[in-house]
Amino acid sequence: MKVSVYRYNPEADRKPYMQDYTLDLPEGKDLMVLDVLNLLKEQDATLSYRRSCREGVCGSDGMNINGRNGLACITPLSQALNGKSSLVVRPLPGLPVVRDLVIDMSLFYQQYEKIKPYLQNDEPAPAIERLQSPEDRAKLDGLYECILCACCSTSCPSFWWNPERFVGPAGLLQAYRFLADSRDTATDERLAELDDPFSVFRCRGIMNCVNVCPKGLNPTRAIGHIRSMLLKNAT
Amino acid sequence: MVRNITSFTGNGVADWLVQRVSAVILAAYTVFLTLWFLALPEWSYEAWSGLFAQGWVKVFTLLAILSFVAHAWIGIWTATTDYLKNTTVRVLVQLTVILVLFVYLILTFDAVWGV
Repeated sequence: MKVSVYRYNPEADRKPYMQDYTLDLPEGKDLMVLDVLNLLKEQDATLSYRRSCREGVCGSDGMNINGRNGLACITPLSQALNGKSSLVVRPLPGLPVVRDLVIDMSLFYQQYEKIKPYLQNDEPAPAIERLQSPEDRAKLDGLYECILCACCSTSCPSFWWNPERFVGPAGLLQAYRFLADSRDTATDERLAELDDPFSVFRCRGIMNCVNVCPKGLNPTRAIGHIRSMLLKNAT
Repeated sequence: MVRNITSFTGNGVADWLVQRVSAVILAAYTVFLTLWFLALPEWSYEAWSGLFAQGWVKVFTLLAILSFVAHAWIGIWTATTDYLKNTTVRVLVQLTVILVLFVYLILTFDAVWGV
């Protein structure tokens, strides 16, 4: 099988290029894309990519596979090829490339940091944990599962054009995760940080984020909830 | 906190609300004019000026042009801040669009109240 991989080593290459490899795949097995990369790495030790848990939990190996963002470790080759005969692997789009498939995620993390992704509570700490009703806990389902792989934010054109000012789907999903938490008392302060024309409202609702999320989460719905909260607060 | 002085209201929630409300007004005005044209037995200048002689049509038209200006500015502002990365180019395009929208506004006022 032909595999085409984005290569760029800023210390040696003047510009990025696509390198083609030919790979003999083991018969009768549907490998994951990460397995294919590991086989390539045996051929060419200079190929660089991030990976860790190899089971879709750590979020390290987000990349663009045949035009679609996803985690290499849980994307079966058959699904990635979808009838095509060759595999094209590129880094996640929109962020600077450190080397080959490794991107610099600083802007992504800065946006995450901006939404203060931790519980804030100004009431005195109780002797035991801050308890939640099962109903309040259920509000966090579909929000807390995000692994920050950046597949969603780097598939979002609004994030490509304004990564310094638009929080992006991953950051906004987490923003809502804390807005929706009954144990958090900083709702007004959080909303006050989000009501400018960029942070939330640069989302045009095209749902690329929902389309690619490897965990099946829905950032567009969370953004809609934030918008409703902002509207309720401001009118 | 992200700030922007050239957005319509400077506030994301207000811009968003204005864009939605103005869209509804523009849709209603479009439907109204389309139905009026379709219901007319014969198109004539008298029928056209008779329509605009009515006070409520004048008010509706001005509401529609104000909605148009606000709606267009919010949309164009979004597109220019997305795609025009050079500040000089972006500000020039923004000012040109503001000028054009201002001319539309004045011409509509003139057409509706001036005759």
